[in-house]
Amino acid sequence: MTARPILALFKRDLRLAARHAGQSLLPLVFLFAVLILIPLGVGPGPNLLAVMAPGMVWVAALLSGLLALEHLFRPDLEDGTLEQWWVGDTSVLAIVMVRFVSHWLITGLPVILIAPLAAQMLYLPPHAVPTLMLSLLLGTALLTLFGGLVAALTLGTQRGGVLLAILIFPLIVPVLIFGAGATAVVADGLSAQAHLGLLTALLVLALTLVPLATVSALRLNIE
Amino acid sequence: MQTLIEAHALGFKRAGRLIFTPTTLTLHAGQCVVVSGANGSGKTTFLRLLAGILKPAAGAIERRAGVNFVGHQAAFKADLSCLENLCFQHEFYAGRDAGKLLVPAISAIEALSQVGLIKLMRRRAGHLSAGQKKRLGLAGLLVTQAPVWLLDEPYASLDESGAQQVDRLIDQHLRHGGGVVLSTHRRQPVLSVPALSCPIAAAAEAET
Repeated sequence: MTARPILALFKRDLRLAARHAGQSLLPLVFLFAVLILIPLGVGPGPNLLAVMAPGMVWVAALLSGLLALEHLFRPDLEDGTLEQWWVGDTSVLAIVMVRFVSHWLITGLPVILIAPLAAQMLYLPPHAVPTLMLSLLLGTALLTLFGGLVAALTLGTQRGGVLLAILIFPLIVPVLIFGAGATAVVADGLSAQAHLGLLTALLVLALTLVPLATVSALRLNIE
Repeated sequence: MQTLIEAHALGFKRAGRLIFTPTTLTLHAGQCVVVSGANGSGKTTFLRLLAGILKPAAGAIERRAGVNFVGHQAAFKADLSCLENLCFQHEFYAGRDAGKLLVPAISAIEALSQVGLIKLMRRRAGHLSAGQKKRLGLAGLLVTQAPVWLLDEPYASLDESGAQQVDRLIDQHLRHGGGVVLSTHRRQPVLSVPALSCPIAAAAEAET
């Protein structure tokens, strides 16, 4: 398989996302709403907010990411394009990888870009912002991969949303602990190398295994 | 005559049971094979096996040519226009089956005018009627280079003129060296070459 089909698929995914702008932006709007509501709920004291900021941004980012997972493969199952992935000698693994990349670009990247603003709103110390963005870069990629696997597994159930949320829970807990932890220790003036190293290791593991597992899970659902 | 697909004693199991008696099929260039059988006998499953969507539980299959499959769903994105869908199809399938037998493809615009959808090319695929979607599915076949067309009920939801158009496109494709396997339960294809038959029989209950 050459690069041309891959590029065509990538272009189509992005075009579809632009056409469903409302749906594509929903996670970002949700994230923003949560970040605005937190100071209203717990009070605007800078000291309190600064302590909570890493965890709050991370929790909001992960929960908003969950909203988009349901749309990762389901539309393709419903309109019949999913089974076309297996026709002939197409590399389904390559297609799944493209889908992960485009999904991350649409749902993960905006979260990272908005993180400095979120940090400002919650009084996160400025020197912790680069770490927050780096940890979110690793975290959103992990969420896309783990979420994709779970979305593929729950494709057979009619309303898989609840099941998806329950199944992904144990997978994203370590991501949250190390991601929010990294930002918090940097805010306290310590080094986050251990946290980020573990997150990176998790990402490498997921990048290696999750696409393969996702292909198998998708295959189960078209039979 | 070139062999496009050779399937030997293909079978598929659901819940550990063969759903139809193993079926053998050889498709040569310029041939049209009609897969026939009662409702639920496994026609669609057999076509999906030929396409590669399902893995056979028994038998072997060799695809020497690129394959196209059009199922009950036309497999188009409802929110993209007809033209965008076809352009994607054209690019996506171009060079997919490198090293296999191929036939020339035509452009998306040309394909749309052949199936009579040229005036609707900017319309979203989701806004087409069932028959128009079927036609768009046929146009999708024309923009790819795959010589083998696997058509599941191509005449369903088409009017008489639409059905004749399917026949015309199949005829033209056979002349260009393609091969067609289709399933139908009512209308038989009317072609310039006689279509071959491939009966599918549901497996007996006792057979496991």
